[in-house]
Formats: sequence, structure tokens, C-alpha cells
Amino acid sequence: MYYIFDGTYYGWLCCVFEAFERKDFSVKPITKELYLPDIFAEDIYIHTDSEKASRVLKGLQERIGKNIALDFFRAFLFESPEVWQAAFYLCVQIFKGNKDILSNFGNDAVMKFSDALRKVSRERHRMKAFVRFQQSSDGLYFAVFEPDFNVLPLIISFFKNRYTDQPWIIYDLKRNYGIYWDKINITEVELNAAEVKDMVHTSTMVSLDEQEEYYKNLWQQYFKSTNIVARKNMKLHLRHVPRRYWKYLPEKQLT
Amino acid sequence: MDRLEEKLKILADAAKYDVSCSSSGSKRKNISGIGDASSSGICHSYTEDGRCVSLLKILLTNHCIYDCAFCVSRKSNDVQRAAFTVEEVVKLTMNFYRRNYIEGLFLSSGIFKDADYTMERLLKIVKKLRLEERYNGYIHLKTIPGASDEMIREAGMYVDRMSINLEMPTELGLKLMAPEKDHESVKKPLNFINQVIQSYKQESKLIKHKPTFVPAGQSTQMVIGATPENDFEIMSVADKFYKEYNLKRVYYSGYIPIQNDNSLLPQIGTKPPLVRENRLYQTDWLLRFYGFELNEILNPSFQELDLEIDPKLSWALRNPHLFPVDINTADYSMIIRIPGIGRQSALKIIKARKFGRLHEYQIKKMGIAFNRARHFMVCADSPFQLGFTSMDQVRAQIVNKSASKTKQLVSPQLNLFA
Repeated sequence: MYYIFDGTYYGWLCCVFEAFERKDFSVKPITKELYLPDIFAEDIYIHTDSEKASRVLKGLQERIGKNIALDFFRAFLFESPEVWQAAFYLCVQIFKGNKDILSNFGNDAVMKFSDALRKVSRERHRMKAFVRFQQSSDGLYFAVFEPDFNVLPLIISFFKNRYTDQPWIIYDLKRNYGIYWDKINITEVELNAAEVKDMVHTSTMVSLDEQEEYYKNLWQQYFKSTNIVARKNMKLHLRHVPRRYWKYLPEKQLT
Repeated sequence: MDRLEEKLKILADAAKYDVSCSSSGSKRKNISGIGDASSSGICHSYTEDGRCVSLLKILLTNHCIYDCAFCVSRKSNDVQRAAFTVEEVVKLTMNFYRRNYIEGLFLSSGIFKDADYTMERLLKIVKKLRLEERYNGYIHLKTIPGASDEMIREAGMYVDRMSINLEMPTELGLKLMAPEKDHESVKKPLNFINQVIQSYKQESKLIKHKPTFVPAGQSTQMVIGATPENDFEIMSVADKFYKEYNLKRVYYSGYIPIQNDNSLLPQIGTKPPLVRENRLYQTDWLLRFYGFELNEILNPSFQELDLEIDPKLSWALRNPHLFPVDINTADYSMIIRIPGIGRQSALKIIKARKFGRLHEYQIKKMGIAFNRARHFMVCADSPFQLGFTSMDQVRAQIVNKSASKTKQLVSPQLNLFA
């Protein structure tokens, strides 16, 4: 049975709620965008009800603790139907009393789940490292990126704690949403196509701070000078900074 | 080129032979300003040599009164000299940090005039960052040997990590390259800072909001391959320094030939000993995280690490009586000694076997190097072996299978496509 949900974490949690209500556990949670109707399988649309979702979340937290319950959110951000299904299975198992299942690394679903967690966590760490701010003339620090997984929610508090005294925006171009910090509050923002274009093609943007190019050059100079030519090892370099990330790294703009 | 850019070029170039770039180990919080320390550390970029760029690593100046043969900034070397002003270092650090280019500042310096004068300048920068810019990011500061205790103690109140380099692994080697220096002048401040750190730790158990003192600890660096010390000598020194001064890290830096008239040093064109350096780091890890004692890996009758295979595998091959290990019953401490199994996978094995005996197909998925590990372990379904394969055969099999990178690096043949 396919459970078609709206792509949000709460929507996924509602799939778990629905399964227990229907006592039907051979379920594949999927989003409308990813679902290819299958004539041999049944499907139903799952309505996202924040009250039901909160009940599932609370139940999960009571059984395995707040921190480990958060792993389900992290794995959810991997954005893969296979992982959604593995997580669904594990969640059902936990509610059925099999509380320790997450440490059974001999189990396929557990391996899939922990593998997704590892990859999401690596991407989250990378984005803490690779986000590069540019300063605009009105003092706003802005950055765009395209992470492999939807890790923006996982790095908000990191950037908030670190860059408390400067306003910033981090914008996910792939998923078309961003986070804005105005030195007091965090808000989610969605830009229209023209605004996004302004952010990406900063050379045409008139409002860049006059010092911005200067510090970018200094950074590029530093990056060059700190390299030891006698130790050159491009294979290792590429393993640490895969090409897909170069686009938004000023130090990789030099040829 | 702008003057600041020129200075940055010279003084980053002169600082790059200090390999420490760690930004971990500090929990400094953002107190109504900018920045905090990430306790895991963050590498913001990587140079083309594959090394992490975490900190803005610069010298305050490359003017130096010393003439150490291995150092680019030595007095007699004909290089461009430059010096940053206090304001310039602060400006660079803050502007790089605010753009999330870096995790913090690594500040070192050539010695100009005398130790105290140099230390005072470094201290000025650190204080300006902390007090005026309200900067709470990471700072790694070089301790200048010979600076007064008061000055060092004050610096320790503001920085996250301090370090002094041993340079050459033994006193003898150091005397050869830098007659004006000795290991004693390194040990004294290392010891002093360590004692203050320990006393702060004691007191912070009693007092709640005790200010921090060098919260990320101390480190040191040894240059490898410039002088004739063997691996056993090098690791014995490292082991001793870890134990006596509670160091967080010892760095091993393969000597990179620079312009030099000293005939004892490898000359330009000699390749840096990168594989050896890697093996030393692996040994260092085995000592710190895998419960090995130094004499198990290196001892008077085994003084050089095997370049072709890693030190854990080399140890296992020399101790066939301890293998194979049954992963369904062995302790964690023995499982992490199996070549090809790391700490993460060992933990997974311990957790997973509570649910039933583990089979090969399950172990394979846990992220271990199965090709190496399989010779040293038994799973629930491992075939019973009659007799035993000799360790020479095991070695040959493993080496042939991992035909890749190390062989190229060890082999004297030139690589056309490097």
C-alpha cells in the first residue's frame, strides 16, 4: 500500500499514525511528485494533521529519548523513498515494543537508516564549512548553496550562535527556500526568480559592499600561498572538496 | 598588488610548514559578540596538496634573529621580509571569519629583538580580538620559547590552543640544524602551561564559572626526514611528550627541501617522505585510540615502520598466535586490533551481536575493509580452516589486492601522470 504524503516531516509522521489506525503495516510512504501510479498496488492520500503528527513524535520521544527521536527527522531529510520506508518500518517496530532495534546493525533497515544518517551528517558538516557569505552594501551577509540533502534546518542554530551580531541569509537554490536572521529572529524566506538571479550573479548586482571584492581577493591569495606545491595531491584534494561544491567557493574560482 | 596582499602572500607562505591546522577541542561560547568554537573543529577548505584549511595561518613577521638551517625564515636566507601591523591581523581575521572562510586564527612569528618583545606583540593581537572585537572564535597561538611566565600565562587566558615545536625529534638532530636551540627551551614552557591547565581543571571542579585557560590544550611538531632519526626514536619522543605534557597532538611534518647550503639536509628536488609521514600518524592513532603500547608496534628489534603496509596490519602479521579473533565473542579491545576494523565498526559489531550471531554478509555492510579483516577474524558462518595460512601468504595476498596508491608512492619508478 502506498501512502502518499505532502513531503513534510509531519506528513511522514502521519503515515505512521495512519498505519496504526488501519492496522496495516506493509506501507511505502511516498510523495506525490515521486509516485508513479502502480496498477497492482493500492494507494491512499495521507492528510497532514499536526495534532496526529505531534502524538507520533511524542510517543517516539518517550520510547527512545528526544535525541535519538531526532534521528528520524535527520534521516527524513535524506529525501529518499527507500529511507522513508526503512524509517517507517523502524518506527513501527519501536511502537510495537522493539525499542532497541536501532542498534541491530545486522538488520538491513537499520543499516539503510544509519547509512542515511551518516550521509546527512556529513553533508551538514560540509555545509557548516562550505557556506561562504558575501557582504552587500546594506550590511547583509548572504550565501547560496545547493546541498545534496535538505540539511539547512540542521545548520540554523550553528550559524545563529556563531554569527549573532550580523544579519544573514542562507539560501538553498535547489529547494528554493532560505533562512534569514535579522539579529533577533529566524525566519524562513522564499525568493522569486528575479531575486534569486540577483543573489547568484553578484557581478551584476550593484549592491555588493565595496570591500567585498577586496577580501575575496585576499582570501584567494591566502589559499594559493598556503598550498605546498611539493606535496601536490589532487586526488586527496578532490576527495575533500568534490567538484560539485566548487561553484560557490571563491577560492576555487581561480583557474 | 596591494601592500596587505603582498604581506599576506609572504607571511602565509612562511607559516605553511607548520602543519597543525586543528580547530577542535574548544567549547568557547559566543558571549554577546561574534563567533564560537565548534568542539569537533571544521575544515573550511582544502589546498591542492590535500591539507585542511581551517585557520588563517600566518606569521606576524618573518624577520628572525635565529638561523635554523631547516627554516625558510632563517636569518641568512635571502627571502623577502615583511611584518603585519596589529590592526592588519585583526582586520584580516575578522573579515575572513565573518564570511565563514575560516574557523579562526593561527598566529606564529619569527623572533625579532627578543622573546618577550615578540610575545608581547602576539598578545596584543589576541587581546584586541577578544576584548575589542568581542571575537569568540578559535585562536591557536605559538608560545615563544624564552618568553616570561607572566606573559605566557596571560596569553593562555585568551587563546584556545598553544604550541611549541620540537622541530627535530632528538636533541642531537636539533643541534645539527639549529646550534642556538635546544629541547630544554621547549620543555620548560610546555611544562609550565600544562601545570596551569591542570590546576585550572582541578579548580573548575569546585568553582562553577571558572575562566578557561588554553581549553584546547597544547601540541607540538617534529620534522621528519631532515635528520637521520629512525621511526622508533621519533615515536618514543612522541609517546614521552604525550605522557609527560598531556599533549593533544604531536604533528609529524615530512621535510620539504628549501633553498639551503647545509649539505646535511635533503636538497631541492628530493621528494618529501609522505608515506612515512602517513605511517607515523597511523602509529600515533594506534597509541592514542586503539589501546596499543609503543613497544608492540616499534621496539629496539623493530625500529622502522613498514612502508608497504599499515602498522596495525604489520603488528598483526608479527603476532599470528592472537588470530583469528571470533567477532561474536571477543572483547571490544581485541576487535579494534583486527586489521581493517576501525572503532566505529567495532562498536557496531558489539551492539549488533546482542541480536544474534553475526554472519559475514552482515559484517561486510558495516564499513570495514573486508579484504584485510577476513584473514584475521571468524564470523558465525566462516568456513572451518584446516591448518593455517602462513602470515607471509596473507601479507602477499593483501598487498597484491591493494595494488593502488601506496605501491605507486613506495615504488621508485616515476609516475608519468602525477
